[in-house]
Amino acid sequence: MNAGLARLVARRIGTTLCSLVFVVVAIFFMTAALPGDVADMLLGQNATPAAAQALRHSLHLDQPLWLRFVHWCAGMLHGDPGTSLLTGRPVGEMLAPRLYNSLLLAGATTMVSVPLALLLGLACATWRDTYFDRVMTVLTLGIVSVPAFLIATVAVFVFAVQFRIVPALSDIRSIHSVGQFFLTFTMPVSTLASITMAQMIRMIRACMIDVFSAPYIEMAVLKGVPPIRIVLYHALPNAIGPVANAIALSLSSLLGGVVVIETIFNYPGLAQLMVDSVMLRDVPIIQSCALLFCLTYLFLTTLADIVALASVPKGRGA
Amino acid sequence: MRVGRVMSAGRPAKGCRFLMRRCRADASTTGGPGRRQVLRLAAAGLAAAALPTRASRAQTVSGETPRRGGHLNFAGLAASTADTLDPARFALATDYIRGHMFYDGLVTLDADMTPRPALAERIESDDLRTWHITLRRGVAFHDGAALNAADVVYSLARHKDPATASQQRAVAQEMAEIKATGPLEVQVTLNGPNVDFPSMLGLVGFCIVRDGTADFSRENGTGPFICTEFSPGVRTSGRRNPDYWGGPAPWLDSVDMIGISDDMSRHNALLSGDVDIIASVNPRLVRMLRGRGFGLLESPVGTYTDLAIRLDQGPGRMQDFVTGMKYLFNREQVRDSVFMGFARLGNDQPIAPENRYFAADLPQRVFDPDRARFHLRKSGVMESGVPVLCSPAALASVDIAVVLQYAAQQIGMDLPIRRMPADGYWTEYWMKTPMGFGNTNPRPSLDMTFALNFASTAPWNESRWHDPRFDQLLLDARRQRDEPARRRIYHDMQVMIHEGAGICLPAFTTSLDAFSPRVRGLRPSQAGQLMGYDFLSHVWLADGAA
Repeated sequence: MNAGLARLVARRIGTTLCSLVFVVVAIFFMTAALPGDVADMLLGQNATPAAAQALRHSLHLDQPLWLRFVHWCAGMLHGDPGTSLLTGRPVGEMLAPRLYNSLLLAGATTMVSVPLALLLGLACATWRDTYFDRVMTVLTLGIVSVPAFLIATVAVFVFAVQFRIVPALSDIRSIHSVGQFFLTFTMPVSTLASITMAQMIRMIRACMIDVFSAPYIEMAVLKGVPPIRIVLYHALPNAIGPVANAIALSLSSLLGGVVVIETIFNYPGLAQLMVDSVMLRDVPIIQSCALLFCLTYLFLTTLADIVALASVPKGRGA
Repeated sequence: MRVGRVMSAGRPAKGCRFLMRRCRADASTTGGPGRRQVLRLAAAGLAAAALPTRASRAQTVSGETPRRGGHLNFAGLAASTADTLDPARFALATDYIRGHMFYDGLVTLDADMTPRPALAERIESDDLRTWHITLRRGVAFHDGAALNAADVVYSLARHKDPATASQQRAVAQEMAEIKATGPLEVQVTLNGPNVDFPSMLGLVGFCIVRDGTADFSRENGTGPFICTEFSPGVRTSGRRNPDYWGGPAPWLDSVDMIGISDDMSRHNALLSGDVDIIASVNPRLVRMLRGRGFGLLESPVGTYTDLAIRLDQGPGRMQDFVTGMKYLFNREQVRDSVFMGFARLGNDQPIAPENRYFAADLPQRVFDPDRARFHLRKSGVMESGVPVLCSPAALASVDIAVVLQYAAQQIGMDLPIRRMPADGYWTEYWMKTPMGFGNTNPRPSLDMTFALNFASTAPWNESRWHDPRFDQLLLDARRQRDEPARRRIYHDMQVMIHEGAGICLPAFTTSLDAFSPRVRGLRPSQAGQLMGYDFLSHVWLADGAA
């Protein structure tokens, strides 16, 4: 069993690495295909051909594309993501504070959204088609279909401008106590959590309803097992796999997919850096950001798969 | 908005002098006492020009003395990893503000665009070609080094080096030779005479850095604030420079500057008190801000968004097409519905009405659908339809294009709008299509406006308009010492652009910035938004420590 699990995990990690290579290559050439390069962006309206050429030369952008890619890959293999074309600073140095900020925001959001979503998703599935379930369904559908920037902007206007309970911007430097931490993070975390939770609740509810319709649950009901016991001992273990996948999918966008939230709360995270760098064609940064987002996504989905594999009730082979 | 350029010139405030003494007939050649003094020490403080636009509510209570102290939070329009401390790479308004925070130029431009001495005590020339700059004594960089001529030579000369990738390279080419002639003396020789050279030095890109500075991850200027934090794309912070040569300013103890590109978030940050001043107010939110007691600074800057029709390709080769398009602009509608009234009408030439050289007698071109139809029909492109390119990158151009399209529909012409993304607009589309919108920020002098945007050799000649007579007039004006004569030349040049160039210029934008009631000392300036980007050394807080 354990050897089997190890083999499965190894294979899973293998495919993960393949996807990673594909993504890195794809991103590099997609960025190269964008109109203009960092020299054009730096010079802006002043980009006379001669000036742009001179700058390209000083940034080694006049080398062929494949050569630059090889250089970058070689650097990555040595653990050196290179330097930013724009600022000349090491990529690692530019990414580190942003990654920290992003992880903080994503972590806080996860702590809030996962337990709540599990609870509510389970509740919805258990009391299917009751008023509670219908209200939740309408709410989650509503939140999923309203764009994030609208939710965030309205929330800021109500709580920061009208009631002045929380600041409109999330200034991470202003945190010197637990209270301030909550004040600073309340708005972005609640906005983000409501969006991710909405997706998770819908998926968890669907998974659980699936499991509830299985014959062994029917059997348990017929045997007269109490409902709570049915949910916790019979249904949940069988639902862990799909539920873990649902959670992983929702969380995977928290690092790179929250650019709207970062913009509105002026929160300097990775997503904002990625967008900036794409605008400015700062390839080394784009590559490293993409790599990070990809790694996060793959890490989470792989983890979910491993959890699913490991959670398969004994006696029913994987 | 991309701010590729700076500032327009000003209209004469009361007694606006162009600071030139009459040339003495017996003037000795170089360096003698007869050297013509072009810049003199101005009275301390800026003379606020009495401006004809709606008076802004900059709350300077007369007689109120500034209070020292306090911390100010400012939110500009943009922050990205392109933020820089390198003056050669300043490209956006936030860069200009950062530049004024930490550095000084040889001159500053006051509210009516007159150059005033800053790090230069005197700038003098006999022949308007060789300029002698005498530096102020006792100025120190933030690292303690004393300012000397080598710093100035380095700071000016580096713009000419292509490897510097300077935004000011086109302007800097004007300087043929830059050399130190003494510890505090610099001599600049231009390619040709140019009476407006001192204004050019007012560009924030030409501010002075320490000799040999190559690493701009940290600042080392002479300016009113010392940098305490610089995180590109996040924040710029500074504390008051206690040894500032221009004291008693600045009044603030410390400053934080961030960029919030999202319109609503920026306004919300002001409304909630998170920041004290925001740049670039949305005209549609002015009433709400005023209703909540916030102040509004209206600066009559010469920024314009124009439709450029290339005269060397496509329909622009036909004079009738260009003329027809000029009559198709409903300028009042652009002013009132696009800019909500916060604009001044444009007359298809780049000099704003506040400018002292503005050709006021040139008849205002009006919206005339019949004439437009006549000319456009004659040009034969009524039915084929010429696409017009616009982009959020060029301020308000998408809205102006819609107004134009509506007017075209009224006369039965098809005018497809192609809205391009802001990303890459300046490099990929601007000036490369038969008809497209551009956006130009004002410059310190008319000479620069004409030389960089309208002369035959101009790098940003949007409509590819060539007129040898115009080029000649440009040279004549540069040599002309006599003010009334230059006025006449500039007048003729405006008429020529109005008549001949392929530029439709419906309006000049009024810069709108908002501030909390605790901020004092803001005044409108023609030199650019927020007092020519230099507001931080002028404002104070009503609740600052006394």
